Amino acid sequence: MMRLWFPAAIFFLWFVLALFGSLFALSPDHIELSRILLPPDANEWFGYDDLGRSLWDRLIVGAQTSFIVSMAVVTISLIIGVSIGSLSAFVGGWFDHMVVRIIDIFLAFPGILLAIALAGLMGPGVDNVVIALCVVGWVGFARLSRAQVMTLKNRDHVQAAIALGAGRTRIIFKHLIPLIAAPLIVEATFAIASVVIAEAGLSFLGLGIQPPTPSWGSMIRDGTRYMLVAPHMVLVPGIALMLVVLSVNLLGDRLRDWLDVRTRDRT
Amino acid sequence: MLNFLLSRLLSALFVIFGVSCLVFFLIHLVPGDPVEVMLGESSQPADREALRAALGLDQPILVQLLNYFNGLLHFDLGESLHSKRPIVDMLMERIPATATLAAAGLVVAIVIAFPLGIMAAMKKDTAWDSGAMFFSLFGISIPNFWMGPLLILFFSLWLGWLPVSGQSGFSSIILPALTLGTALAAILARMIRATLLEVMGEDYIRTARAKGLSERAVIMNHGLKNAMLPVITLLGLQLGALLGGAMITEIVFSWPGIGQLTIDAINRRDYPVVQACILLISLTYVVVNTLTDLVYAWMDPRIRLGEGK
Repeated sequence: MMRLWFPAAIFFLWFVLALFGSLFALSPDHIELSRILLPPDANEWFGYDDLGRSLWDRLIVGAQTSFIVSMAVVTISLIIGVSIGSLSAFVGGWFDHMVVRIIDIFLAFPGILLAIALAGLMGPGVDNVVIALCVVGWVGFARLSRAQVMTLKNRDHVQAAIALGAGRTRIIFKHLIPLIAAPLIVEATFAIASVVIAEAGLSFLGLGIQPPTPSWGSMIRDGTRYMLVAPHMVLVPGIALMLVVLSVNLLGDRLRDWLDVRTRDRT
Repeated sequence: MLNFLLSRLLSALFVIFGVSCLVFFLIHLVPGDPVEVMLGESSQPADREALRAALGLDQPILVQLLNYFNGLLHFDLGESLHSKRPIVDMLMERIPATATLAAAGLVVAIVIAFPLGIMAAMKKDTAWDSGAMFFSLFGISIPNFWMGPLLILFFSLWLGWLPVSGQSGFSSIILPALTLGTALAAILARMIRATLLEVMGEDYIRTARAKGLSERAVIMNHGLKNAMLPVITLLGLQLGALLGGAMITEIVFSWPGIGQLTIDAINRRDYPVVQACILLISLTYVVVNTLTDLVYAWMDPRIRLGEGK
């Protein structure tokens, strides 16, 4: 129960705050010099930051930032990656060869490095963060969908569709992608978690979302300067970030077990 | 084996070439005129032209690419725009710090992951197992840039046991290494558990038990040894993530390595230095991965003798 309900609740909260948070009267940029670094109390659960801004308000707007960025990045990467990967496997030949080489080159950049380089060179801002993370993100989906389509394209129903004269696009979208949806959904779930971390990481480095717009990453960075006097500035956004990432990862785990027929039968 | 070796080296060379090309084109991603961005809007046209000529940006792109590769082959990466020093020298100064940090992170990961993974596999489906697996999920979900400040808060500021940042002796590497190693430890522990469980179902384990070996000897000599192959591959692959994570860890702890050089260079718009750092880290990753593949092949006779193909 704990393994499903706890992450589902956190994810739902994140989703709701991101979509409907603006219905609250939030003032994340409101500077109140008399409240600088005030710790949490009964009225203001999360306290105030170094400019006397409400951490609660900033946390909710930060949730919106991370939600929008991660959904945008995962959706775009999924579409680009799956199109390239499945087309490559289906067409084969020199095209497939070329795609595999390109994927290899992108995979040679460890982790967040390429995103750091791209965001650093293109300059900060939400759109550049999304672009940078998509450039990194499509590769995983392309590799996965290519591998899946490779094993599926010789199945009888695909051969039958080819014999019936169906076009490439039709075969890929009607006969192949539905079959590889399950692993893609699992991959997409884990991708959400890593994009949330990556966006916060870029913002932590000052290469992502620009002030005054709150991002959990830049909130943590601001907090590190006041850790001795106001540890809540680091703790609040960090706990939020960790809870969301942990929940998404747990949901991904559950989803994988559930979608994997072999393990489902056993339990 | 020779065929495998050759094909692996050839594809590594190709990837190195591709990565170098991609890094070369990075500078053309800078919006507008990179020279103007580097010097600022108020710069004199004469200065701009001078820098443009110094960077070779006034030449046709193909000539630029050839010059760039010519420089790479001679280990000449140009000069920093900021300090005017040869970039190769700057990288050489920073490599030891990053290498030390990565090695320490690796040690932390191995020291945590092996006992955890083995314990989880041995006590499968008990509270020990789920505890270990929950810890590892936790480790994957804590980003470096939060784990670092958290450790500083507890061990440096509240308890006063360890230094906050900088590089002064053994005590100053403990927190950065923990920060860097935790995520890898988490992934590694899961992998060790999974492969060990798989291996423990094999016939030779039953044989080892049947001939009266202690459970400890069965696990250590027969189980773990055979579970090592996928673990080594994973280690090689994850070393990239470790290098990437080292960048952020270096920022958190003011650790004077390549990561900090990269971010400083980005902030100073010293783009040639940025390019060089990115190139260095990704090429290191390619080399490590290729070596991992070769070690894997060398350790597994099925691949070495060509049966695995």
